[in-house]
Amino acid sequence: MSAATKLLLENLNALAAGLFLLTAFGIVAMRQARACLNLFIAQSLLLAASAALLGLRYDSGHLYGVALVNLVSKPIIVPWLLRKTSSAEIYTRREIDQVLNIPTALLIALALAIGAYFVGIPLANAVGPQFRGPNVPIGIAVLLLGAFTLTVRREALSLLIGLLVMENGAFLAGISIARDLGMLVELAIATDGLVIVFIMGVLVRAVEKQIGSTAIGALASLKETAPASGTDEAPR
Amino acid sequence: MLERILFNILQVVVVLVFAPLASGALSRLKELVQSKRGPSIFQPYRDLWKLFHKDEIVSEDSSWIFRFAPYVMFVTPIFVTLLIPVLTSYPLFFAFMGDMLGGGFVLALGGFFATLAAVDTANPYGPIGASRTRMVGFLAEPVFMTVFFTVSFVAGSTIPYIVQQKWVTPLANFFAPSHVLLMLAFVMLILAEGGRIPVDNPAGHFELAMIDESKSLEYSGRGLALVKWGGQMKFFVLLCIFLNVLVTPWGLASAQTYRAVLLAIPIVLFKVFCFLLVLVFIESSLAKLRLFRIAEFLGAAFITSVAAMITQVFLP
Repeated sequence: MSAATKLLLENLNALAAGLFLLTAFGIVAMRQARACLNLFIAQSLLLAASAALLGLRYDSGHLYGVALVNLVSKPIIVPWLLRKTSSAEIYTRREIDQVLNIPTALLIALALAIGAYFVGIPLANAVGPQFRGPNVPIGIAVLLLGAFTLTVRREALSLLIGLLVMENGAFLAGISIARDLGMLVELAIATDGLVIVFIMGVLVRAVEKQIGSTAIGALASLKETAPASGTDEAPR
Repeated sequence: MLERILFNILQVVVVLVFAPLASGALSRLKELVQSKRGPSIFQPYRDLWKLFHKDEIVSEDSSWIFRFAPYVMFVTPIFVTLLIPVLTSYPLFFAFMGDMLGGGFVLALGGFFATLAAVDTANPYGPIGASRTRMVGFLAEPVFMTVFFTVSFVAGSTIPYIVQQKWVTPLANFFAPSHVLLMLAFVMLILAEGGRIPVDNPAGHFELAMIDESKSLEYSGRGLALVKWGGQMKFFVLLCIFLNVLVTPWGLASAQTYRAVLLAIPIVLFKVFCFLLVLVFIESSLAKLRLFRIAEFLGAAFITSVAAMITQVFLP
């Protein structure tokens, strides 16, 4: 492989990682559950692309396997499972609940991503010279952004997506640290993710059945006197 | 030396002459997408000709700023043209006078005077539009700054002639994450600064919904012609910075001959045309945002530009 091709592959991998980070920001900021899900699909595709590019660059068959597992499980099976388990009402609703308004949430997310630099660079230095890309720090940044999504969202489906984003971030960092992770481990992680999605989906459905909504932010005011929605209560 | 001055003047002439054509072509393309018949692409020239031959009416309650502002708005894009690569890939005579930041400030000066002039006449609609333009402007400012900082961080310079070589030598650098993300952020900036669709509707004629247009509501005749022409040139200059410095620095004249420089004109126009197609696609597939969603749109641009910077820092 010539030096120019190597550089090209490294740059493309870095580009996939950069766009991966951007989709994580998008998931923090998006209003619709549908758009969040679409961004998550794009993010998983970028993760698969990054794995494939790294596999090509370092000639590693395992990374192709990782790319394939990611390509099948996250962009295809996860949305399918979610659609099976949760009702269509979640996808058609335009506005979903958030603790902070969107610009504030984005600014905090930005601070988190910059903070990931201080965690990620020592880790990346510990990885060693052969796998140095932006994958480790960006993976950690996305991990933090996923955790942030978990804290600010008050809607069950977005919470689930936040969890999956965390997993994606850990994966992106993982594929650059461990070149020859056993295939069994990859498959185990992938099925694990699917099981999580399934259980959460069933849970969301149960919550919806009990309280008639998946806006779990409203659960805080679930008392016998207060109305469930909390927005249209007028003093009487 | 004389040649460099002549080329520099030629650059200004190109921007002067072809800026109305670009905006005419853009509106014509949009009308084609919307299945309208629409005026020809030369309509902006006819409009300018007509306006220059009309009488100008100036409110007697307005101050000198109102009369002075059209000239500032007309001249600032020309100053920026002197600094940036429009036709050549080597610096021309006046290029030493400022870098990209300088160009940004000069363009901002025109916007500042436009705002002052809109407030000056006490027309109720002018200040509404002016304050909205300021809102878009100050939200776009951090994006501009971050874009320039990232550019200077990567290329080690804010001189556009040095920056433009950085992204394409070797060609693999074109796909560097900082480059692609910067391009995305800059497209959003062009949409916001040019008053294009997700931010502002340039074809709208409803005063309460206007952002960019309402600044020129009080102008007539020659003043309006200068304001319009200045706006078209500002848009063209932004496109030139975007295309010749950030995206496609190919096709510029590298030799100091008249032939090479003249040959660069159709190539640059072709690049502008290609980008106009992209712009038409964006404008036709999006709806205008509500006013308070503009903050989120430019917030997204800001996030994109900062992501460009972060990924650049993260690279070993």
